[in-house]
Amino acid sequence: MSLLGTLARLEAVRSGRAEPLATVRHRHLSDRPLVLVPLAAAAEDGAPLAVLLGTDRSAPRLHIVPQPLNRGQRYAFLAAFADDLLPYLESCAAEVERIEGSEKDPQTGEKIPTFRELSADAPQLIVPNPGAAQHLALLGRATRFRRTAEDPDPGRYPAPTQVPLLGRWLTHLTDRAKVPGSSLLLPMTGLLARHWATGQSQLEDQHLGAQLAWHEPPSGLSGAEAARLVESGRDERGQLLHPPAGPTTDPRFDEKLLAPAIGRYDAALAALRHAQDEDGPESPRAQSAQASAERAVEQLRALLTEVLLPTWHDVWRGLDLLRTLPPAAHLPERWESDRWSFTGHRERVAAGEPPQPRRDDAVTAARKLAQREREQVRTDVQEALDDPLAMAERRLAGEAFSGEVTELVPDWDTSGRTPKPRPLLTVRTADHPHADLGREVHRAGGPAVQKAVITAVDPEQGLITVRVASGMGRKKEPEPGSLPAVGERVTFTLFELTARQSAPLPEPDDTPWTHGGPPSATQDSPTTAEEWE
Amino acid sequence: MNVTRTEQIVHAADPARRLAALRGGAEQRGLDARALAALAANPGCRRRALLDAAGVDKTALADRLGQPAPFGRSPFAIARGNIFEARLKADGCAALLDPLRSRLGLPAEDDAPLRVPDLLPRSTPAARAERTARALAEAVAEPAAWTLLDHPMLRLTVAGSPAYLEPDAVVMRGGRCTVVEIKSFPVLDGVADPAKVGAAARQAAVYVLALQEAAEHRAGARAGGGPYEARELPGSPETSVLLVCPKDFGNRPTAELIDIRRELATTRRQLARMTRIEELLDALPPGTSFDLLPDAGGQPTRPVVELTAAVEAVPAAYSPECLSSCELGFHCRSQARCEGAVEQLGRGVRGELGSIRTVGEALAAASGGAPLGDEAAARLGYAAALRAEALGVPATAMAGAVAG
Ligand code: SF4
Repeated sequence: MSLLGTLARLEAVRSGRAEPLATVRHRHLSDRPLVLVPLAAAAEDGAPLAVLLGTDRSAPRLHIVPQPLNRGQRYAFLAAFADDLLPYLESCAAEVERIEGSEKDPQTGEKIPTFRELSADAPQLIVPNPGAAQHLALLGRATRFRRTAEDPDPGRYPAPTQVPLLGRWLTHLTDRAKVPGSSLLLPMTGLLARHWATGQSQLEDQHLGAQLAWHEPPSGLSGAEAARLVESGRDERGQLLHPPAGPTTDPRFDEKLLAPAIGRYDAALAALRHAQDEDGPESPRAQSAQASAERAVEQLRALLTEVLLPTWHDVWRGLDLLRTLPPAAHLPERWESDRWSFTGHRERVAAGEPPQPRRDDAVTAARKLAQREREQVRTDVQEALDDPLAMAERRLAGEAFSGEVTELVPDWDTSGRTPKPRPLLTVRTADHPHADLGREVHRAGGPAVQKAVITAVDPEQGLITVRVASGMGRKKEPEPGSLPAVGERVTFTLFELTARQSAPLPEPDDTPWTHGGPPSATQDSPTTAEEWE
Repeated sequence: MNVTRTEQIVHAADPARRLAALRGGAEQRGLDARALAALAANPGCRRRALLDAAGVDKTALADRLGQPAPFGRSPFAIARGNIFEARLKADGCAALLDPLRSRLGLPAEDDAPLRVPDLLPRSTPAARAERTARALAEAVAEPAAWTLLDHPMLRLTVAGSPAYLEPDAVVMRGGRCTVVEIKSFPVLDGVADPAKVGAAARQAAVYVLALQEAAEHRAGARAGGGPYEARELPGSPETSVLLVCPKDFGNRPTAELIDIRRELATTRRQLARMTRIEELLDALPPGTSFDLLPDAGGQPTRPVVELTAAVEAVPAAYSPECLSSCELGFHCRSQARCEGAVEQLGRGVRGELGSIRTVGEALAAASGGAPLGDEAAARLGYAAALRAEALGVPATAMAGAVAG
């Protein structure tokens, strides 16, 4: 946590309410996000129990696995989940933009124009917390290699066809979520924590309900008291008043309510099988057993709805809060990267590429790492430009300074054939940047990209003088408006404001085998079918 | 107070008796490996060290203080752990043989079979510990044979009283033994959850310590030194343990040797501190008691005020991590909040704020009321000015809010 973050938390302790950490919203929010609250079964790692999802806050849809250890039911669940999620993903690709680019002809070296289609929109999944995202990644890993009845060798337990497709999408979305600044899949706890500080620790903020309690504590309660109630308030049955956001359920819920309900379902199913065997499937006894099995499922659905709904509403409340902030200026640019990511994956699936391997080969891993580092820098820079509070972080760190222009002295570089403007600009600032003489600085928020070099520093007076070196047009006199006037406030950063292109990595096919070149991709897909036992 | 007389007698007695007196009439909470391992997670906390050494039931204590611990294990998770272990141990540990062969070098041929002695699983802990000690001695005497001790009972002396510990299994061959930990979290594509592996390693470290103690006991000597000296004794444990987990999404086992030397060192330090428990005892005000002895209705008889005072008499080292590792987490958190301790916001905050210890001091420094020359306070003041500027509120307004 940064010192400014700590300060905001301290203020939240004093006020008893969440305090702002941003003046703008730093993540794109879709007009039609899909909220998804998954629950995992404690009986097995990565085994699903239920999911509540939808784009309409008043109409969530529930899918459950009545007996979490039953493989057949698990597939039925995954198929229903896929039928719900995949159409949403598809709907985001309804409209496309044609993007013009150019490519070098490998033979002639000439530039030839190319066209690519970019989806005009992209899906956005909002989950309660990072645990939910991790659970979806596990589901993706468990399903993307499933063989279906359409496979040449379907195996003993072919999955419905949409199940591996669901797995590939879940893998893609959860993988993309690791890219800083991306917005295809976002955990609500992280979104809220980026924009507001609570008066508790980051660990406690992992509980979505408790974090939200700091935003709207019931009257008469402080945020801490309200959060405490959410964490541990129980009803007369000993059940939490506010169930945790998952993906695991409260052990006491498992013990007192869920396990008995699953037990009743198992018993009803056994009775049904018994009646069918003894009296025949059409017999009155079988029919009444069928009815009680259905009732047992209904009870389970009601029970799981009860623990899922509070989190469902929490996520939507979080979205309401985030929408009160104006969007940051650079969001469309970053969302375009998300749209490319979505478009690219759709194309790969359509082209019949195999599912993502279990482990990335060395080249892919290096590419992903480089991409994440690049995106981290880009997001940090953009957030600083979009939000004075983010820029304050950089100023506190000595990476930028802001202040009033006290003097502007015209000067020229006359070494060339025509003189070029190189005026001297003096700024009065209370900041203490790591401002060595000769260091290059960049003007933030100016009309154009503008570089300057530090020529004098007077820490006593708080004065920094820079020689402006660019962004003033091509003439002898600087373009009007290209330089700040005396008395105007300016900000210079010691970091570059446009992300640098990193050295390109070789294509996988050109990589020597010592560095994980071909043909590893196929090796890392399981050849023998692993089964959920 | 009418207990003063007995106290004075107790005061002079050995630590074990003094600890027992602190616990009073309530039943002793045996220290298991999980509890001992959790101690290592917050080594700075005297409160926890003392309560654990005295065998006070912290869950009951937290209940009584009105801040019940939020812990529990889902019956599903328990069942899953049991099923996985039962599968491994079925048919004379048939499924365990593969990992033992690949990781420990158990010969594949059948002429060197694995011996699995009966360890009297249904007896009392003391009897089981006796039986385990004998089985260990027998195994040491026959270095050529492979012996698997299924759920042995080990004894470790903690703060003068014995703690009974039950590892999942111990394998003995060639005069050395290896702890086997069976966990039901999966190793997925060769990777397991590092937090879970860490917890397993800390737990295994406690078993290794107990096995070292057993080896020293057999040798009739206290080696007392570092792990390297203890290794020389016959039958002493390896400092790597075998972690057996389900592979991917199935029930087939996969095993990995994990080096636990670091965990071993931490736990050893922690336990050494507990044997210096006298210092903690001496610091207690006379009359302190955590006695939770229940009345006929099952309610502890000691008044809550007295219990609270007793708990408060022992210094704690709260950080938010406590909430997931100690039964008293909620209690210590409210206390930290009442005192305005900055640790309530996280362990790292303390380092950021230098000599500032409370939320009030920090906010005062932020509004410019810092003593001159304090670097952390000056930085906080500067941060507050930047924050006010960015949020478009006058810095003085924020300062006023602090004063108000
Ligand atoms: S919760 Fe309290 S007693 Fe437990 S470790 Fe933390 S500070 Fe110590």
